Amino acid sequence: MQRTAMDLWVGLFVVMGIVALMILSLKVGNLNVYNPAQSYTITGNFENIGGLKVRAPVKSAGVVVGRVTDIQFSTETYDAIVTLSMDSRFQFPKDTFASILTSGLLGEQYIGLAAGGDETKLQHGDKLMKTNSAMVLEELIGRFLFNKAAEDDSL
Amino acid sequence: MASENLIEIKDLNFSYDTRAILKGINMTMQRGKVVAIMGGSGSGKTTLLRLIGGALPPTSGYVKFDGDVVHELNRDALFKLRRKMGMLFQFGALFTDLSVFDNVAFQMREHTNLPESMIRDLVLMKLHAVGLRGAHHLMPNELSGGMARRVALARSIALDPMLIMYDEPFTGLDPISLSVIGNLIRRLTDALGMTSIVVTHDVQESLKIVDYVYFVADGVIAAEGTPQQVRDSVAPFVHQFVHGEEDGPVPFHYPAQQYRKDLNLESEVV
Amino acid sequence: MFKRIVSSIRHIGHQTIEGAWRLGVATRFFLLVLLKSGTSLRRFGLVVRELYFTGVLSLIIIVVSGLFVGMVLGLQGYETLQKYGSESAVGTLVALSLVRELGPVVAALLFASRAGSAITAEIGLMKATEQLSAMGMMAVDPIARVVAPRFWAGVISMPFLAAIFSVMGVFGGYLVTVVFIGVDEGSYWSQMQSAVDFRFDIVNGFIKSCFFGVAVTAIAVFEGYDAPPTAEGVSGATTRTVVTSSLVILGLDFILTAFMFRGVS
Repeated sequence: MQRTAMDLWVGLFVVMGIVALMILSLKVGNLNVYNPAQSYTITGNFENIGGLKVRAPVKSAGVVVGRVTDIQFSTETYDAIVTLSMDSRFQFPKDTFASILTSGLLGEQYIGLAAGGDETKLQHGDKLMKTNSAMVLEELIGRFLFNKAAEDDSL
Repeated sequence: MASENLIEIKDLNFSYDTRAILKGINMTMQRGKVVAIMGGSGSGKTTLLRLIGGALPPTSGYVKFDGDVVHELNRDALFKLRRKMGMLFQFGALFTDLSVFDNVAFQMREHTNLPESMIRDLVLMKLHAVGLRGAHHLMPNELSGGMARRVALARSIALDPMLIMYDEPFTGLDPISLSVIGNLIRRLTDALGMTSIVVTHDVQESLKIVDYVYFVADGVIAAEGTPQQVRDSVAPFVHQFVHGEEDGPVPFHYPAQQYRKDLNLESEVV
Repeated sequence: MFKRIVSSIRHIGHQTIEGAWRLGVATRFFLLVLLKSGTSLRRFGLVVRELYFTGVLSLIIIVVSGLFVGMVLGLQGYETLQKYGSESAVGTLVALSLVRELGPVVAALLFASRAGSAITAEIGLMKATEQLSAMGMMAVDPIARVVAPRFWAGVISMPFLAAIFSVMGVFGGYLVTVVFIGVDEGSYWSQMQSAVDFRFDIVNGFIKSCFFGVAVTAIAVFEGYDAPPTAEGVSGATTRTVVTSSLVILGLDFILTAFMFRGVS
């Protein structure tokens, strides 16, 4: 095998490998949607996060605008502190409303953002003031039954 | 010039675990001579070469090469020392993934910064010396046994060493290749002013080319002398070895109990 | 009876000591290779040469196997998912199983039997024909000159081969489900893209393949260098390379997966 031919083949091999890695990152992994280099983090306190997990998407109007990066329990307020990493292309007003939603009946849980009307935007490190907990099926049913019983009593 | 003797071996002992291979060897090898070490199979000849090359440490005694005690050198100094030595292995041990040319050029490329054009000239000179300049483009698997050994010889003289050790250079060669190799050893030693140690049991071929012979048997030097002294020797061991007799001081039978006893004949007779 | 129990316990003890001793020798050898890697990294041509033998020559088997594994995944995934009416998720299934598990693991298994065995056989034969001793006598360290370049070439090749395997698999799945069966092309890619995460899936898969590359080549060079210098010795060492590396790949995969995906989905 000639030296130059061998160099050529090895070069081709390395280029193929790098191209494969790039395809995996860009085409399969969709790297450009979520780039941690250009992001800002905000936090929010939720009374109950239900089945929310780290890495769950943050969506607004159905579009992925960030990801959940951390979930902690606060021993001061006894609720959950959720850290969101937001794509810096998307800026939200200060009074944005965050709620934990479920995609489909049995799908995964995600955070939905509904923009408010405030002039000032959320900055890196800011805290979401208005949050809505996850809907827990048992609570929902319990509340329904309770209301039903109250209605029956009043009649 | 430092000393007449390139190699001095003094009271050299070597054992694997508890099995003694060499027991009190004393040898001197003068510069510019071809010295043969002969002995039966398994008599410790190859071990002796490995001790000279520093691949094994002696149990006691020492090997002195060009003024340095080999086993006392650290790794770097030992590698530096080995650049003054060449070794021809039994079947050549050419690098099978390199061509003949690259095999001979191997050490030049590893140890020197010579420009490629000069390496080319040097390699062709070395190959010319063994008569294989025309075969420089071949791969080792395209060579016959004799040619492979000549290429290996060219490779071991690549950096003009002071000493070349030949481990069984005549094994498995046809008579023509055999005398070609024999004559090459002599010619190269004289032309390049090297010293050669030939480990062999091919008595007739080596007696033609060497200056001095050591016989090693059971880890000791059984006899030594010039080829003429060896031929005329009446010592029973040397006589048996030189003339290839079946029985003698080296017995045909491996030590065993009485034959009759082994076959259970004793009891039946009684 | 008692004697037999004692002797079998002694046998277990002997095997344990032997195994531990060999592991120690292998570890020492591995560190020695790392220590003497300077030469091969300075003269990168040596590594390039070995990259040809370990990387380029493994390409065919990797590309073809990747394509077929992806096609089978697509077919089987489609059969199962269409029962639940979610056949558009087949892209997710193909991509996630390839990127997380099958890509690195199957590529490493193929690499062990294609390149690992070749490395062992080559080094073992060089030892058996005294080429390594000859090199030592020429004041060239065989570990630096022969072993280290092969080791690094294997370590470099493995992640590339695993990535190529995964890409071929995703393409194979695309071929079967989108082109032949007729799953919607848009949902194949978009479902895949929304489920596969760069950091957690692709980077972790890449890290796995790096670990496998180090493990397989380290085993291959050690078995070759340690092989008894005979024909049976070399063939036994070659078999051991394939068996040991396959077991190590699978075991290592479990450990790495447990570390990487613990606590996240």
